[in-house]
Amino acid sequence: MRQLNDRLIWAVNVTFNGTVKMSLQIKNIRIVDPSQNKDFVGDLFAENGRIVSKLSSVPKTVIDGSGKIAVPGLIDVHSHLREPGQEGKETIKTGTFAAAKGGITSVLCMPNTKPVIDNAPTVEFILFKAQKEGVVNVFPIGCATKGSLGEEISEIGVLKKAGIVAVSDDGSPVSSSQIMRRTLEYAKMFKFPVISHSEDKELSKNGVMNEGKNSMILGLRAIPRQAEEVMVARDIMLAELTGGFLHIAHVSTAGSVELIRQAKKKGVNVTAETCPHYFTLTDDIVKLYDTNTKMNPPLREQIDIDAVKAGLSDGTIDCIATDHAPHMQEEKNKEFDIAPFGIIGFETMLSLVLNELVDKKVLTLSQAVEKMSVNPAKIFNLEGRGSLKDGSFADITVIDPEYSYRFTKESIVSKSKNSPFIDRTFKGGAVIVAVGGKIVYKAA
Amino acid sequence: MSLNCKDLLGLEHLDKKDLQLILESVKPFKSLFTRSVKKTPTLIGKTVVTLFYEPSTRTRTSFEIAAKRLSADVVNISVGASSVVKGESLIDTGKTLEAMKADYVIIRHSLSGAPEILARNLNASIINAGDGFHEHPTQGLLDLYTMYEKKKKIEGLNVLLVGDILHSRVAKSNIWALTKMGANVAVAGPPTLIPPKIESLGVKVYYDLDEAVKRADVVNILRIQLERQQENLFPSVREYVELYQLTKERLGNAKPNVLVMHPGPMNRGIEISSAVADSSNAVINEQVTNGIAVRMAVLYLLKPSKTANKKQAALN
Repeated sequence: MRQLNDRLIWAVNVTFNGTVKMSLQIKNIRIVDPSQNKDFVGDLFAENGRIVSKLSSVPKTVIDGSGKIAVPGLIDVHSHLREPGQEGKETIKTGTFAAAKGGITSVLCMPNTKPVIDNAPTVEFILFKAQKEGVVNVFPIGCATKGSLGEEISEIGVLKKAGIVAVSDDGSPVSSSQIMRRTLEYAKMFKFPVISHSEDKELSKNGVMNEGKNSMILGLRAIPRQAEEVMVARDIMLAELTGGFLHIAHVSTAGSVELIRQAKKKGVNVTAETCPHYFTLTDDIVKLYDTNTKMNPPLREQIDIDAVKAGLSDGTIDCIATDHAPHMQEEKNKEFDIAPFGIIGFETMLSLVLNELVDKKVLTLSQAVEKMSVNPAKIFNLEGRGSLKDGSFADITVIDPEYSYRFTKESIVSKSKNSPFIDRTFKGGAVIVAVGGKIVYKAA
Repeated sequence: MSLNCKDLLGLEHLDKKDLQLILESVKPFKSLFTRSVKKTPTLIGKTVVTLFYEPSTRTRTSFEIAAKRLSADVVNISVGASSVVKGESLIDTGKTLEAMKADYVIIRHSLSGAPEILARNLNASIINAGDGFHEHPTQGLLDLYTMYEKKKKIEGLNVLLVGDILHSRVAKSNIWALTKMGANVAVAGPPTLIPPKIESLGVKVYYDLDEAVKRADVVNILRIQLERQQENLFPSVREYVELYQLTKERLGNAKPNVLVMHPGPMNRGIEISSAVADSSNAVINEQVTNGIAVRMAVLYLLKPSKTANKKQAALN
């Protein structure tokens, strides 16, 4: 742990010491870049923060990449960095460290900070902090409505100028269909998506886990799949009505996958993401009232896992995101009903995708990279990212497919430790991570 | 003989053999009640704490009497509902009791899973005295024992549970115990108060009480909480009474020797008519007496040692 942190701190110092000219060569590495449809073994070069085909002088850093794979830096389109306001759970510094360790070079952070991101100064604060203390790129998402109260559209234009890449009220979804319609309509001019955390708060009221046999046995108030699906359906209809750009967050049910599939067939402007836990875990693991299995939407059942996998494989689901939601131990170590929703995810996403999707032949490695880098960059207009072609930002994730490790609580870099994957063993993960050509993480 | 576990969190985790052992152990304790000295020295020097986060008179008193008849020292703690959210955390409260060397903690809590949290964090034996909508294992056991005592068997008995199954921890514990012992269990109530997937536990569902009582050897009536009406789970008390009150008339369709049970406290005139509650079919007061003997048996049979904790083993 200590060693790891020292390494990271060293990395920060190297990363942000001004405009030092950098150059990097990674030799003999398998380069998998779906943005160019490329998969070959060769050398990767970066200079002054960008990918280049040739270096102008002798590289300052040379890395042997034999046996490893370089992919465009991963982009997590759904996370909670908690700063400003809830620094006990996570900060931009600790959160971006954790992201780097997980092979993620860019994170989009949700606006439910304190204050919420519905004003330019908060956007500027986050970008400033990220610049000063972060090790990966941070792209804030602004509130869809003022205060995320669902009553008035926020000043999306002002927020966009300040640097947001999308709008969402995330966990406090817009319940009024009229306001959602207006938001989708208004946001059209900014050409970025309105992200819908699809949840009918009336149907899910007081619920803490998926509705089914397990909730019945455990005696916990339940959230039916339909609480998600009715809102997915509504928002698709509103996107159809307005021609607005809709992105569905954390798809967890078979019904949602089917609704999105049909909408795409019809040509509705909709994209979608899911999270590793929705293709890995079922609500069977809630059994011991372990609050690290409590998240929103809740863990579902095997048929949903199968449908989410099918949706990933046929392109219905475009992105894989973490919904990294740190909470302190003292908040989680409570009765199941009282503990907050959410789990951390930065440090496990890549390995879960490799083990649960690539190894199990749900996705090829190239398709997996598409979902974790290429598509996120496209959907959220992150120019120069999601690709290793010449001129792109040198955001590079180096994967070692043979890197076996146990995800222990002690190894967690995030400030919070709320993960249901603690003590799981993985094979394959990020071993070197570069952001703008600078190495910000190297596995010990 | 003893149960191979430190805690009693729910009947889901017991097998038929465990249940039989408990049934067999109750009788000697019950026979004690008719003696002039109703005490045994079984738990002398042991400390039993009842930790109640929900108001309760009968369950708490029953546990207290049971522990005292086993010669344990008993301490009762009631915690207000508001401190669940605002006050000291459950784990800290548990650790405090442990520091005071409590051997048994009997917990009642409005939230499902609270006893599980204590069991995971404490070496003391935890007995669930009712948690949320999850389980109320000693109630399930005393219901089971009462049926066994009256009907001399469990296997093949037709047992009907009536009312709010969705929010009933008593129903859940009854279902686990009875199905494991080979009884045929049915539930009757409005669809809004029947939890989804209950059939997966081997239970038959009726919406029509008249139809349901016909075959029953035992009718166990659950208390209806009046606040469920505010949640729109049924339209009015009047309609509930109309459709689901166990009346003399309805009982007339049942077998003549049908047992009528109720975990109490009863809402007379709502889920049960006074005439039925006071009829010769009702064994409601005997349930209370048996409750003490059953709880003595449970305290006697649990193995308060960490190494014997089945669940801990399952976790590793």
